[in-house]
Amino acid sequence: MKQALFRLSRWMDGAGPDADTVISSRVRVARNVRGLPFPYLASDEQTAKVQQIITGAAAERKEAFNEFTLLLMEKLPPLEKQVLVEKHLISPFLARESHHGALLLRQDEAVSIMINEEDHLRIQAILPGLQLEEAWQEADRYDDLLEEGVNYAFDESTGYLTACPTNVGTGLRVSVMFHLPALIMTKQVNRLLGALSQVGLAVRGIYGEGTEIIGNLVQVSNQITLGQPEEEIIRNLSGVTRQIIAQEQAARQALLNDSRARLADRSWRAFGLLKNAQIMSSQEAMQLLSDVRLGFDLGLIKGVDRKLLNELLVIIRPASLQLLAGKELNGDERDLERPVQIKRRLNQFKEQL
Amino acid sequence: MLCQECRKEEANVFITKIINGKKTELQLCERCARAKEELDFSFEPQFSLHNLFGGMLDESMRGSRESLRLSKAQCPTCALTFAQFSQIGRLGCSDCFGAFGDKLQPLLRRIHGSARHTGKVPRRSQSKVRFKRELDRLKEELQQKVRHEEFEQAAELRDRIKALEKDLQEGGKS
Ligand SMILES: [Zn+2]
Ligand SMILES: [Zn+2]
Repeated sequence: MKQALFRLSRWMDGAGPDADTVISSRVRVARNVRGLPFPYLASDEQTAKVQQIITGAAAERKEAFNEFTLLLMEKLPPLEKQVLVEKHLISPFLARESHHGALLLRQDEAVSIMINEEDHLRIQAILPGLQLEEAWQEADRYDDLLEEGVNYAFDESTGYLTACPTNVGTGLRVSVMFHLPALIMTKQVNRLLGALSQVGLAVRGIYGEGTEIIGNLVQVSNQITLGQPEEEIIRNLSGVTRQIIAQEQAARQALLNDSRARLADRSWRAFGLLKNAQIMSSQEAMQLLSDVRLGFDLGLIKGVDRKLLNELLVIIRPASLQLLAGKELNGDERDLERPVQIKRRLNQFKEQL
Repeated sequence: MLCQECRKEEANVFITKIINGKKTELQLCERCARAKEELDFSFEPQFSLHNLFGGMLDESMRGSRESLRLSKAQCPTCALTFAQFSQIGRLGCSDCFGAFGDKLQPLLRRIHGSARHTGKVPRRSQSKVRFKRELDRLKEELQQKVRHEEFEQAAELRDRIKALEKDLQEGGKS
């Protein structure tokens, strides 16, 4: 196995509005080809046909799709597929379970078009910061383009027909990935997130052994896809997102007023560990990266930027680590390799300054 | 306690996922926990939807004398039965929607709070759908006018609706 380059995706560049609290905005639409069974029931010939119909439609619109690369899941090494998963460009399902699964990936990796996922077609756009409307416009645009060549399964009253009833209608799932360290530190988060689920939004955080959300990352997405137009779904999530941002900012300000020195100390300690530790689990790395990120956002720490922090968030994951190391690694070996790669990137960044 | 994943090693990593206040606990051995690296933010509603569905369907069917007949409903195109659907939680093809239609409606309403699409329409069905939506809107307005006893406006609306329906029929033939 050769050591490969790790390419940055557009969402990692850390630009975009409200990038200090919102890591990324993601939109995906689900579509199916009329007259063919959904992938899990389709025969080998039928999934092959779906692939051919969709790639054919893209190929006929050369100009619009000339920045796209076609990747066939069967031909891609498992590790490279897993890296795409870790970069949030494809679903684990497409990587591991699809038949005739394929990906049309735009050069900047902001748009990924998945073929033979749970639905025949899934168009995803992911952008840095709070850019839900922009992401929707991207997905909408490629949806229109592909529709010219693909006869979609659509019903006037039920909308776009999908394999899972939870996607029917608009087929639209929008989500925002937040970094909410202050709301979590001050224990305000559960109340806030509890309120969100009351208004039809799904909230996801991952908890370790304690009660702390690992890496202080929380994802909020819509659950309802039917009965609301796309614009309304996006407007709702944007509105809620603004409220969450305002609360996180207020909590940060309060923390800063109360315990500036403590916060700075916490960030610098985390930075020190990231630069010097010899063995590190991904959970620990996530937590340290969060501490450094908060310090950076509050202007308490130097030596990193958002782009680097986003990149590190991905390269500490197993497949990306192995790609960078150029060899297969078991869990213990990954814990040794992780600090090596983190240190390398932190040093490269220092040299660039 | 054994690892839930491999059922061989002792579980010593405990992961709690909380989605909308609903806890899912995973007990894994170190190796499986690492393999899983539960730090993944899956985009999809992965919280045991199937169970949710299962429950919803059962509930809506429970006590219903028709349940037997219902479960015999089958899609003519992909051969999926409604009973299978209620176990898998996935439809088989776009024709399933027609085949299970009236049984799906309550389910969709329970998931989404609505069973009627109001969003984007593919270009090729746009004009027809726009027509129908306009028609629905006018009909709603008509009922309101009648309720408020504004009969003159109601009569006007009725004429417009008739004209539109005629257009739609003729458009459908061409
Ligand atoms: Zn195990
Ligand atoms: Zn069917």
